[in-house]
Amino acid sequence: MIRSFYNLQLASSWEEMYNESVNGNELKETALKAYRAMELARAFDTKLSALYKAGKIYGGVFTGRGHEAIAASEGVYLQKGRDVYTPFIREQAGRCAWGDSVLLSARCYFGSVEGIMRGREGNVHWGNPMEGSVATISHLGAAVSVAAGMLMAKRMQGEKDFVGVICIGDGTTSVGATHEACNIIAVEKLPAVIVVTNNQYAYSTPNEQEFACRNLCDRGVGYGMTTHECDGTDLLQTLQVMGRAIAAARAGEGPQWVVATTLRMCGHGEHDDASYIPQELKDEFAERDPLAVARRQMQEQGWLSAEEVDALRAECAEEVQQAMAQAQKEATPNPATEDWSATSWKPSRY
Amino acid sequence: MSVTYIDAIHQALTELLEEDEKVFLYGEDIAGKFGGAFKATKGLAEKFPGRVLNAPIAEDAIMGVAIGAALGGMKPIVEMQFADFGTLAQNQLGNNAAAHYYRTGIPVNVTMRMPCGGTPGGGPYHSQSVEALFAHYPGAHVLCPATVADAYYMLKQAVQIPDPVVFMEHKFLYRWLKADTWVEKDPLPIGRARIARPGRHATVVAYSAMVPEALKAADELAASSGYQLEVVDLRSVKPMDTDTILASVARTGRLLVLSEDFPWGGVAAEVIARVTGQGFHLLDAPPLRVTSKDTPIPYHPDLWRAHRPHSAHIVEAARYLISL
Repeated sequence: MIRSFYNLQLASSWEEMYNESVNGNELKETALKAYRAMELARAFDTKLSALYKAGKIYGGVFTGRGHEAIAASEGVYLQKGRDVYTPFIREQAGRCAWGDSVLLSARCYFGSVEGIMRGREGNVHWGNPMEGSVATISHLGAAVSVAAGMLMAKRMQGEKDFVGVICIGDGTTSVGATHEACNIIAVEKLPAVIVVTNNQYAYSTPNEQEFACRNLCDRGVGYGMTTHECDGTDLLQTLQVMGRAIAAARAGEGPQWVVATTLRMCGHGEHDDASYIPQELKDEFAERDPLAVARRQMQEQGWLSAEEVDALRAECAEEVQQAMAQAQKEATPNPATEDWSATSWKPSRY
Repeated sequence: MSVTYIDAIHQALTELLEEDEKVFLYGEDIAGKFGGAFKATKGLAEKFPGRVLNAPIAEDAIMGVAIGAALGGMKPIVEMQFADFGTLAQNQLGNNAAAHYYRTGIPVNVTMRMPCGGTPGGGPYHSQSVEALFAHYPGAHVLCPATVADAYYMLKQAVQIPDPVVFMEHKFLYRWLKADTWVEKDPLPIGRARIARPGRHATVVAYSAMVPEALKAADELAASSGYQLEVVDLRSVKPMDTDTILASVARTGRLLVLSEDFPWGGVAAEVIARVTGQGFHLLDAPPLRVTSKDTPIPYHPDLWRAHRPHSAHIVEAARYLISL
């Protein structure tokens, strides 16, 4: 149905690209870094889900199962301080690849005062704008123009070789704010890569009820951007497509639009059982789990042995374990000593 | 030689661009030879190349770009062509820019200029006063200058404030309000209200174009009845200078609040809530407010004049208040 349409679209080009592009060790370093970020993110999400079910976390929990290859392929090409990154709801692997420790994410979930958001924000709503990552708000699409502004500021201040990766999803393509911002990005010819992760469901709404264009790449064409497409469950392919898009934007070839397809292998949040996703679709993507694909690819390429994969997974699990334990030990905010000022400036008489 | 309210704004923008290389202007139709729908930026694009930028018609993204640029170290001044369209940027201003300091500890230094208020024939979507909508969100300051000097000094001060500032410029005042100069000996800081006219029989709290309207009403009432109204110009609706309002009410015992905005949940309601909450004992009569009517703003000038508070309404309300 909807998904088969996309898979058919992808099938030929994907096979071709895969064969042409996997040439020796060119990708090795990047792929290993991205793969580690994926394992770390999956370990984080798995632990997070368990803690949520144990009632240890306030509010919602949003994981990125199925998104790891796409997210890691974004972050791995970026450099804090130089570039701009706008991760959103399912980008834990991207945050890991960008260089943020899982402790920072854990602190946000547990509301630790040591965290960037100090208990004032939770779940995935954190970023460090001074390093180039946007602290997004819940309103989908609102961060796209913010990232554009960060890129414009860099250009005005004479910075060079920077790029911005802006993450949106199939649902976010429907939001007016997204359209306004993408149009500005194109008009200003900003060095931006818009990554549209089509995970086939916006909360419970399938693609066919979300948009009516033939392919989400058409949206990018409409903005006047160069478009790219990849199978977001395939790490090596996604890395290459993302690498090409990011390099093009960085080289001044104008904004790039990447549509990466996958399936959200979880609910919208952990409160949601995703019962609206047909079982056969879930089964199909279970076989294409990006982590399973990546583990296989690392071994097929001879970059990691089975033992090394196992050791890396154990190492990631331990890192997550420690981050979660530390974040839970740290102080939570105290309403009595909280600075309840909403503004940094106050009139002198107050 | 006299200068207008919009001359003062143009001068402030010119100086801001001259004095700080981080400042840039962004908005619809503001660049090129055109210089904005109201000409507030006329000539600035030529004078400051690359720093006065036209944007597509995209109020939400214009504000979002400004937020990002501010986070990147710039000091953007955004022009919304009409305050009515500023509501399209309300999510970015309220939920994103204004919330950013509390969420992250990093204030967003954006200034959003918005031509607001009614003019004859403006109709429902080119006439609104949206200060209450923006003041509602924690984290932003909302300024409503009512004099030529305030238009100049408050805009310059707005950019020095590291937080988001909504700068409401009244379209009617643009070319109607004149003064010898925008220079003032001791300009008040933002956050301080001004006694625009001293009086002892009742306090009239006003802001933006309601200040000249209140002054006119005060002159009319003094001439016809000898009553002296004390007119308090709020200058900024947020922060609100409650002390100056209470001090005036302590002198007069009576309060009339004016607003060109709709009545529901507006600035006038906020003033009355503060005075009754903190100064109930100072009041000799129930506080009154005169606002626009609770309908969309009509197009025909005859309807518009009846919809909006005007000196005759103010005189009538003041007489009633003093009679209580």
